[in-house]
Amino acid sequence: MSYLSLSDKDKKEMLARTGVGATDDLFCCIPEAVRLKRALDLPAAQSELELVRTMEAIGRKNDYSRHLSFLGGGAYEHFIPTVVDYLSSRGEFVSPYTPYQPEVSQGTLQIIFEYQTLVCQLTGLDIANASLYDGSTGTAEAVLMAQRVTSRNKVVLARSLHPQYREVVRTYIKNLGVEAVEVGYGPDGRIDEDALGRALDDKTAAVVCQSPNFFGVVEDIQALSDAAHGVKALSVAIVAEAVSLGMLEAPGKRGADIVAGEGQSLGIPLSFGGPYLGFMACKKEFLRQMPGRVAGQTLDREGRRGFVLTLATREQHIRRERATSNICTNQALCALRATIFMETLGKQGLRELAWQNAQKAAYAADRLGAIPGVKMKFSGPVFNEFVVELPKPWPAVDAGLRAKGIIGGYGLEPAYPELKNAALVAITELKTKDQIDRLAQALQEVLS
Amino acid sequence: MIKEIREPLIFEISESGKRAAELPALDVAEKKDLLAGVPLRRELEDFPEVSETEVTRHFTRLSQMNYCVDLGLYPLGSCTMKYNPKINERLSAQPAFAGSHPLASEDLVQGNLEVLKRLETYLCEIAGMDAFTLQPAAGAHGELTGMMLIRAALEARGDARKYVLIPDSAHGTNPSSAHICGYSVKEIKSNDKGMVDVEALEAAMTDEVAALMVTNPNTLGVFESDICRVAEIIHAKGGLVYMDGANMNALTGVVRPGDMGIDVLHINLHKTFSTPHGGGGPGSGPVGVKKELVPFLPVPVIGERGGRFVLDFDRPATIGRVRGYFGNFSVIVRALCYILTLGPKGVREIAEFAVLNANYIRKSLEGEYHLKYTTPSMHECVFSDKIQKEFGVTNLDIAKRLIDYGVHPPTMSFPLIVHGALMIEPTETESRRDLDHFIDAMKAIAREAKENPEILHSAPHVTYVSRLDEVAAAKFPVLRWEKKP
Repeated sequence: MSYLSLSDKDKKEMLARTGVGATDDLFCCIPEAVRLKRALDLPAAQSELELVRTMEAIGRKNDYSRHLSFLGGGAYEHFIPTVVDYLSSRGEFVSPYTPYQPEVSQGTLQIIFEYQTLVCQLTGLDIANASLYDGSTGTAEAVLMAQRVTSRNKVVLARSLHPQYREVVRTYIKNLGVEAVEVGYGPDGRIDEDALGRALDDKTAAVVCQSPNFFGVVEDIQALSDAAHGVKALSVAIVAEAVSLGMLEAPGKRGADIVAGEGQSLGIPLSFGGPYLGFMACKKEFLRQMPGRVAGQTLDREGRRGFVLTLATREQHIRRERATSNICTNQALCALRATIFMETLGKQGLRELAWQNAQKAAYAADRLGAIPGVKMKFSGPVFNEFVVELPKPWPAVDAGLRAKGIIGGYGLEPAYPELKNAALVAITELKTKDQIDRLAQALQEVLS
Repeated sequence: MIKEIREPLIFEISESGKRAAELPALDVAEKKDLLAGVPLRRELEDFPEVSETEVTRHFTRLSQMNYCVDLGLYPLGSCTMKYNPKINERLSAQPAFAGSHPLASEDLVQGNLEVLKRLETYLCEIAGMDAFTLQPAAGAHGELTGMMLIRAALEARGDARKYVLIPDSAHGTNPSSAHICGYSVKEIKSNDKGMVDVEALEAAMTDEVAALMVTNPNTLGVFESDICRVAEIIHAKGGLVYMDGANMNALTGVVRPGDMGIDVLHINLHKTFSTPHGGGGPGSGPVGVKKELVPFLPVPVIGERGGRFVLDFDRPATIGRVRGYFGNFSVIVRALCYILTLGPKGVREIAEFAVLNANYIRKSLEGEYHLKYTTPSMHECVFSDKIQKEFGVTNLDIAKRLIDYGVHPPTMSFPLIVHGALMIEPTETESRRDLDHFIDAMKAIAREAKENPEILHSAPHVTYVSRLDEVAAAKFPVLRWEKKP
């Protein structure tokens, strides 16, 4: 199958018009010695029907969806209203590029403007960008931004920040002379505030905490912000489960200077980790240091409202090596999905969604906690995820549950060697009481 | 395009009590004291409240204000706006892929890992490289990853070095990516053919230079014919060559970067491999490397053991992760679908027809528009407004007038080395009818520039908004809606 649109006649006439005898002559400027003199070693071309068979056969090799899964840890399965898929799959949204020509891109630009507004409302901050790649790179960008704002070269990372986010931060800062210090957690699963106090000094650019953190525990953002501000560092709050913002107080109202994170929960499928939606919001005094694209409101020649990409002087194509970030594209289509999702759920729906997540997680925690030998690892308040400590190593329990068609959670020991026999269990609104009961029943049987 | 109806912001039509989604009633006993002691919101202040009808109409109307590839030619130079096959959307959204969790253990996602491994293998063959990572989320992210790999390899040799050489025709992301890797940038001038000046390069290359970042074909649409000599110069003094593969669309099946001395490159799946641009993302920027750089690739690397795919984290020399999980997986699925659909002949035809179409446009517009560099063009050609400037018409006027003719404007004012640039990349998927329509429109505009320049200054005339005040937008930024007090 080919997606070309020229007939043989077109091709012949066009070659003649360009003054080239044969197709090969189009490549005359490529040295003969390096040209490929054989066909590429790729599978033979497939028709649409063959492709469907091939790709569905590959899909069937995934056993994941045949299980009842309680995985979370930065990627959550939530209900996605049909309008999200329907509207976001329109060619007018899927097939344009970055809105460089605003007169023919008002749809995309107005949506970015609405998205920025919604992110500000969720986070309680003044301004937001048009999106970043994902939560992990969003965290790294927030760290680099804090370094630019403060001109300091040390960041304090909570150990309860998503392990992969911490890895990405370390990869990004390695070549920039920025040092990362990790602070552990207490028995409540929250950051150890005494250790935090010891880690802070006048070289600290930012305190970076996730809430709800990787263990599902809600942090005291105000206390962390106060601690950061005490040494004139920035408070960076990371949110990996955006639905939590439907009920938890906005981090921006609890002292956070930058809020960044993962918006996947807002209408974006799991898709094995991507594409997702990095979001970022901050106080307006940091506007010139914020990375990424931004849409702004303006007027046309007739005085009508319109939207444009603006403040490009921060960006790489203007400032080149002095740009705030090297980021060029954003995740516009994912931001569109999130915008439709948030506007569809609306004020009441998003709050109710968050409330149901928390209620069901609390029910699940009670059910699992009542099983002999099972303990809630942390005493702090949780949103829709929690850590259970089991009387047996997780791999054995996991295997037992899998035999019953259940993926009970995410074993924490590889990322946190100190958390032996512990697993992270996520409950969203998609889990019914029956399914939670099934998990509890199965776990009890596996442990007995 | 709707011109008369003004679409409000969703917040402006919001009315208390409306909703467009409902959840089932809570099926567990409600705890009133949940999250006691945690500060909760009273409400989501000013969040919209609308019906499903209103949501659907809002976004449908907004969609009609966008130009897109599905409507017609979108000749943005260096952006490769080709047709996006619809079946690839469906296959990437199948529940087996779209519903799979990134923290699932590897035995539960063998199909996903096969997708990743297959695309890596095919990209190695197409680019002539030894290994690929699919983790980078976009082209610029790939550049950053590639430069980190170069730094790691040079550190392993004993000296990371200080400088990166970048031609003046490079993408703006190149200098920025090098900078984030801790390198200072030295610019290399182009010669009168629009290629890297080999003598200038030789003079600039020292044992303090880590790498050259080169785009090939470069942003003038010109193939760097001296590329092998260029690579020799860099390698002779212990440097590495990075290729920005944004313009790979000109090369597929014809020549492989790995065969012309390239050590590291990134490829944009949203350009060469037809995954949709989505209004500015998501993209995907896989990075290919030669053997010496393989140990430094981001973790995890997809391996194979006993006929099963495995995730290999045990790589002591790795630069670490550059992104969470495995990159933009559903974009990767689409690119794989595209390669499987085209096969070896079809992949070569990408380059053949992309270059034919660009040269057809170039030949048809030569004389009407100024061509600063007359070196043969590959997949794109760069004209300027030099002729039209005599009549007071700029490239901006030309671009905006094209909109009236129903075509998206080319890339403007880039590359920086051509003043008033109009950078045109038609891609291979266009019909002759659409190419001719563009050519006719450009010719008509060239005539109008002489006879009636005013109509160009006031363009576009048929759009939802007329020319927008971008200066005011930057000077007095309004970046969000706020409720009127």
